[in-house]
Amino acid sequence: MSEIQSNRNHKNLAGVFGRDSDKIVTEWLNEMSGSTRRGDLIRESDLRAECSRFLQLMKQATESDSVNFQSPAFDAVRDMLSEISRSRSQKGFKPSETATFVFSLKRPLFNAIQSQHRGDADAMAAEIWSLNELLDAMGLYTMEIFLKTREEVVRRQQEELLELSTPVVKLWDGILALPIIGTLDSARTQIVMESLLQAIVQTNSRVAIIDITGVPTVDTVVAQHLLKTVTAARLMGADCIISGVRPQIAQTIVHLGINLLDVTTKSTLASAFSVALQRLGISFVRETAKG
Amino acid sequence: MEKIPILKMGEFLLVTIQVDMHDRLAMALQDDLTRTISQTDARGVLIDISTLEIVDSFIGRMLSNIAAMSRVLDAETVVVGMQPAVAITLVELGLSLPGVRTALNVDAGMELLRASVSANKELYGSRIL
Repeated sequence: MSEIQSNRNHKNLAGVFGRDSDKIVTEWLNEMSGSTRRGDLIRESDLRAECSRFLQLMKQATESDSVNFQSPAFDAVRDMLSEISRSRSQKGFKPSETATFVFSLKRPLFNAIQSQHRGDADAMAAEIWSLNELLDAMGLYTMEIFLKTREEVVRRQQEELLELSTPVVKLWDGILALPIIGTLDSARTQIVMESLLQAIVQTNSRVAIIDITGVPTVDTVVAQHLLKTVTAARLMGADCIISGVRPQIAQTIVHLGINLLDVTTKSTLASAFSVALQRLGISFVRETAKG
Repeated sequence: MEKIPILKMGEFLLVTIQVDMHDRLAMALQDDLTRTISQTDARGVLIDISTLEIVDSFIGRMLSNIAAMSRVLDAETVVVGMQPAVAITLVELGLSLPGVRTALNVDAGMELLRASVSANKELYGSRIL
């Protein structure tokens, strides 16, 4: 394709976007209707406004002398696409539904090009090809942003989970509690173990209660991790009590043949706490009402 | 050569390890300690490892051995002040030091020794010297 011809194509593309934009938007919306439009997540009027604005931006971009999606002329289009993609990912659109926003634009535009170039097959083919490339690039870009948004969410949640997951609380002078929530894997066990042992040293605690009420399942690996933590605490001179053992977990532990005989286990945090108080020689007396 | 001091405190022996343990030092300590226990007729041994930052399987086993030997010589062993990193290392090495009693610090360790010695005295009567 010669330089002049390709230039002519771009101008024509701009023409395609400019002419009959209302008709294109209507056809586009029709294309999107059905399963991919998700009337439940986005209002028709909003979608129409989005479409018109997008066509407007496309027209401006193609009026410059390039159809390269990466070129600066397409900055505004790219921004809008990423904004759309991000908001859809957050609203709960499916990936295919998000990508269809771009791909369903193909038929209306091809129709427009066809009616413009009636009889001139070469010019039509060239124009459709460059448009096709452009729309594909845009579709891929949309997907990329969509996935990136999802990944960001996942990563943020992971970090938050890790931060939330290892609080060591002081219940009494010399008694620590470590409520574990979520599955224990090796990486988390390391963090749990370190923060517990550190807290034992800092607070000079003789008893540590590991509460596993929030641990959904205990398999051999998790039990192994728990035992390691208990042993490490014992080596430092602190007693460990495991509390919050649910009936199902007790059954699993026995079926798996895990030996927890050397460890004090209690069903609730309250009973573990009273054992801990006992070991420290502390007792409470209920004050009877005077009268 | 460096030597780890063994201090006598009443009927207990106090060992504080304040230098990096290497294998020969560990062996020397084992010799010294067993000899001192039998010479002084000690009832308990307290080993303070709060400044020990690096352990290997040899040192771990040595602690275990010292405890077992002391028991044969009728003395309780308490290891006190183990650092978190050391505890984690020992556990990862598979050395859970069964039979070794532990305490958070020297105070708690002494308390533990006194309690167990007085419990023994109640059981068997006071030892005739």
